[in-house]
Amino acid sequence: MGPEVLEEKQKAAVEEVLKAYPAKAAKNRAKHLGVGTPEDESQKTCGNVRSNKKTVPGVMSQRGCAYAGSKGVVWGPVKDMVHISHGPIGCGQYSRAGRRNYYIGTTGVDTFVTMNFSSDFQEKDIVFGGDKKLAVCFEEIDELFPLNNGITVQSECPIGLIGDDINATSKVYAKKTGNTIVPVNCEGFRGVSQSLGHHIANDTVRDYVFDGNIDTLGEAIEQTEYDVAIIGDYNIGGDAWSSRILLEEMGLRVVAQWSGDATLKEMAATPKVKLNLLHCYRSMNYISRHMEKEYGIPWVEYNFFGPTQTIKSLRKIATFFDESVQKKAEEVIAKYQPMVDAVVNKYKPRLEGKQVMLFVGGLRPRHVIGAYEDLGMEVIGTGYEFAHDDDYKRTKDEIFRSTVIYDDVNEYELEAFVKKLQPDLVASGIKEKYVFQKMGLPYRQMHSWDYSGPYHGYDGFAIFAKDMDLAINSPVWGHSKAPWETEGEA
Amino acid sequence: MQEVENIVNGQKLFQRPEYKDVLKAKKEFEGGMGAVNPEKVAEVAEWTKSWDYREKNLAREAITVNPAKACQPLGAVMVALGFENTMPYVHGSHGCVAYFRSYFTRHFKEPTPCVSDSMTEDAAVFGGLVNMKDGLKNCAALYKPEQIMVSTTCMAEVIGDDLFAFATAAKEEDGGEHLPEDFPITYAHTPSFVGSHITGYDNMMHGAISQLTEGNKKDTKTDRINIIPGFETYIGSIRSVKNIVESFGADYIMLGDHSDQWDMPAGDYDMFAGGTKLEDAKDCINSKATISLQKYSTVKTMKLVTKRWKQKDSANLNPIGLKGTDEFVMKLAELTGNDVPENLKTERGRLVDAMQDSYPYMHGKKFAIWGDPDFLVGMVSFLLEMGAEPTHVLCHNAPKGWEDEMRAMLDTSPAASECHVWAGKDLWHMRSLLFTEPVDFMIGNSYGKELMRDTGTPLIYIGFPIFDRHHLHRYSISGYDGALNLLTWITNKVLDQLDEETKGIASTDYFFDLVR
Repeated sequence: MGPEVLEEKQKAAVEEVLKAYPAKAAKNRAKHLGVGTPEDESQKTCGNVRSNKKTVPGVMSQRGCAYAGSKGVVWGPVKDMVHISHGPIGCGQYSRAGRRNYYIGTTGVDTFVTMNFSSDFQEKDIVFGGDKKLAVCFEEIDELFPLNNGITVQSECPIGLIGDDINATSKVYAKKTGNTIVPVNCEGFRGVSQSLGHHIANDTVRDYVFDGNIDTLGEAIEQTEYDVAIIGDYNIGGDAWSSRILLEEMGLRVVAQWSGDATLKEMAATPKVKLNLLHCYRSMNYISRHMEKEYGIPWVEYNFFGPTQTIKSLRKIATFFDESVQKKAEEVIAKYQPMVDAVVNKYKPRLEGKQVMLFVGGLRPRHVIGAYEDLGMEVIGTGYEFAHDDDYKRTKDEIFRSTVIYDDVNEYELEAFVKKLQPDLVASGIKEKYVFQKMGLPYRQMHSWDYSGPYHGYDGFAIFAKDMDLAINSPVWGHSKAPWETEGEA
Repeated sequence: MQEVENIVNGQKLFQRPEYKDVLKAKKEFEGGMGAVNPEKVAEVAEWTKSWDYREKNLAREAITVNPAKACQPLGAVMVALGFENTMPYVHGSHGCVAYFRSYFTRHFKEPTPCVSDSMTEDAAVFGGLVNMKDGLKNCAALYKPEQIMVSTTCMAEVIGDDLFAFATAAKEEDGGEHLPEDFPITYAHTPSFVGSHITGYDNMMHGAISQLTEGNKKDTKTDRINIIPGFETYIGSIRSVKNIVESFGADYIMLGDHSDQWDMPAGDYDMFAGGTKLEDAKDCINSKATISLQKYSTVKTMKLVTKRWKQKDSANLNPIGLKGTDEFVMKLAELTGNDVPENLKTERGRLVDAMQDSYPYMHGKKFAIWGDPDFLVGMVSFLLEMGAEPTHVLCHNAPKGWEDEMRAMLDTSPAASECHVWAGKDLWHMRSLLFTEPVDFMIGNSYGKELMRDTGTPLIYIGFPIFDRHHLHRYSISGYDGALNLLTWITNKVLDQLDEETKGIASTDYFFDLVR
C-alpha cells in the first residue's frame, strides 16, 4: 500500500469513528485523534493530538487512576517496603501482583511486592475517619514483618474525601520509630489518569526518601565515576536485569533500579550517581528533573527495545563518560551483533511487512516501534493511555510513515480502527486482548509481555522476536472458519 | 547471551551464569535484609511458622494481609453482564472500572465490557451529575445497549450522589435522542466499604429486578420459576443448573445469566451475548417462586422476593455436592409437581458410583479451603460426603449467620473437634494456620499459590479468581455432573501428590503403583 493511500485510509477511519458520538463528545474526541506523519513540520504533536485531558464519560476508556500510577507503578515494586492500600478492599485486590514486577527476595519476610496489604475500610472508618486504624496498621506491620525497611500509604478515593490526615499520622509514627513512612495522596479521583499518580509518587520520593533521614541499611556505598541509576524500569518480566547487564558490560556501575527490584537504600543512594538513565520518561521524568536541579545530575533518555534503538542508546549513554566506556560500548555492540543478526535473519522473513497497531501506556507506544521495524514490521497506529504533549512530540521522531494516533482510545474506537485498517497484529493490554483474539487477530499484551519477557536489551529482543513470530504465525488463527463454511460466510 | 536456536525467556535466561553474576553483584547496593544479612531472613522466616507468630498474627485488628474478598461494584458488574444487551455502568472513577474489567478478564479469558463516567476531582466537589448526564448519553450512543445498569464506586458513595435523580435528569436533558423515556436505567448503590463483592451482587440484583418489575405485578402468578445463580464464576455450573431445570420441563427464568457473555465462541466479536431477556426480567415478579443458588449473595434480593413479591415457595438451595443437588432436585419436583426425571436419576447414580470408586483417596484427608460463603457451604458439604476432613474453613467475607451454619455442618464430621471455622480472616492468617496445624491439601483460588510455595501444601484450584490455570471456569461444580468434576479434580490431585511423594528411585518407588 502506497503512503498516500494509507494516509487517506487512516484519515477516513478517524472521520468515520467520530460519527458515532453525540456532538459534545465528538468535538472532544476529535482533538485526541489524528494521523501523524514524520515529515509534517506543522504538527506540534504527533498527529496534532491533544492529551492528558479528562476522559469522555460513558466510553470504555482503558485508563487507570492516580492510585494505580502510584501503588501499581512507581511505589509498588519497591521490594523491601510494605505498601498499604489505604481505604476499601478492592483497589489492592485488583492490583495485586498483576504487573509482573520481578524481584529477588523472601516474600513475606524481607520483600513484599506480590502481597496485598489493605486497611480494608468499613463504614465506621468512613464515618469516623481512618487515621487511628492507620496508626494501628503501622504497628501491626512492624510487629509481624519486622524486616520491612519502611511503609508507604497509598490513598484510595475516600481518604481525600473524608478529611483524614495521613500525613500527620505517618509523621507521628515515623518520629516515634525512626522508620521511613511515606504518605501518598494518590486518591483515584485526582487527575485524569495514572499519570498524576506517577507525579505524586515521584514527589513523595523527593520528600521522604531524598529529604528523609534514611538509615544506610548496611554498608554505605563508596562512589565511583561510573555510577548510574536506571530510572523508570519496572523490571517487568526482568527487563531491568537484561538492561543492567549491558550497562555493566560497558563499564558502568548500576547502583540503583527504579523501581523494579528496587530497595529503599538504592533509591536513597541515587542522588550521588553521575548520570540518571531514564527509560520510562512519562512516569519518572519528575524525579529525574528534580535530581538535575537539586544535585546537578544529568539525565538521558534511552530506549532498549530492539537493536537499532539499543545501539543508539548505548552510544548516547557512553558520550557522558570517558573513552574507556565509549570503547567498551562499541565492544558490547560488536559482541551482540552476531546474535542480533541471527535473530533477525531467522524471524524477519516470517514477519516482514506485517502491520501492527499498538495501544499501551508509558513509553511503549513510541519505544517499541523500532523493535518492530528491526523485524521488518510496520506500526500503522499507536496511542497512549495517559501521555502528555511531550510524549506525542517525542512520538513524531519514532514513526516512519503516516500512523493513526489515538490518545486515550476507548474500546469502541480501537475496535473500529482495527476493523478499518486490518493490522496483522494488535498489541495492547489484557482488557482488549480477547476482543481482538475473538476476531481471529494475533495479539500480544504489551504491558505484561503476555507472561513472557524480558523484552529489554539484546537478550530481550530475541524473546520479543520469538514471541511476535509465535503470535503471528501460530496455526490457531487458521481454525476460526469451519470447513463447512463457504467463502464470505463466517 | 541468547542462542538463536534456543531462545529462552526469563524463566531460564536468568538462571544463566552471566545473569546470576548480575543479580549477585546487585546485592552490593541493596538494603533488603536478604542482601545485608541472609541469616536474619532465615531466622525470621522460621519464626513466621511458629505458634508464637500465629498468635500475634491472629490478634491483628487493623491491617488486612492477602485478602480473599473484593469490593461491591465487582459483583454489580457481574449482575449487569447477566442481562441481555446490558451495559454495566459504574458511576465514579474510571480506575475502578479498569480494575473490574482486568480482574474478570484475567479469570474468564474473555472480554468484559463495562463503562464508567470518569468522575475526577471537580466531580468529587460538585457531584457527578454532569458526568452522569454525558456518560449515559455517550454510552447509549456508542454501544447501543438495551439497558444500562448503574452501580457506584466508593468515591460517589462518599459524596452521596442520588442515582435516581441523576438518571432522570440525564433522560430529560437528552430529550429522547439516545435515552428514550422508557429506556431502562436500573441502579444500585454499591459502597465498597460495606460487605464485599457478593454484597454488591445482591444490591445490584435487588435494584435491577425491583426496578424492572415496577408496576408489572399481576393478580395471578404463572407457573414459572425464577433462578438466581448468585456470584457464580463457573460458567458450566449455570449450564448444569439449566439442564436440571429443563429436565423437569419447567418454565423458568435464569435471572442474571452471564454464561454466554463470558464464554463467547471465536469468530466475530459482539459486545454482548446471551443473558436474561429484558421482557422476562420485567415479568419475573409474576413467577410462582424464586430459587437462589447462593443464599449469602442474595439476602436482600430474596427478602424482596418473599416479603414484597410474596413468592411463598421460594427457597435458597445450594447445588454443590450430592446432598445440595438432591435438595435442589427435590425442590424442583415439588414446584413442578413432576417426578424426578430418569436422566437425573441416572446421573445421580453415576456420581455415587464414582464417589464409591474414589473414596479411599479423599477419606480422612485434611483440607484447608477458602472462598465465598456459599461456595464454602457447598464444597464443605461435598468434602464431608466423601469422608474428608475440612480442617480449616476460611471465609474472609463471611456474612452474619455463616459461621454458625458452617460450624453446625462441621459438627456432623467424626473429626469435628479438629475442624475449624475462620470467619473474617485473611490468607496471611491462613499461612499461620497451615504452618501450625498442617493439612494435606488446599482448595482455593490463585491467591493460594503463595501459600503453596511457602508451606508446600498442594493447591487444588477451585474458586475465584483463577488467573494462572486455564479453562477451569468453563466446567461445572454444580449438579451431579459438577460434583463429578470436583471428585475428579480432587482425587487426581491426591493421586498426583502420591506419585510425587513416591517417585524416589530405589527409595520410595515401591509404592509408585501402576494401578490405583
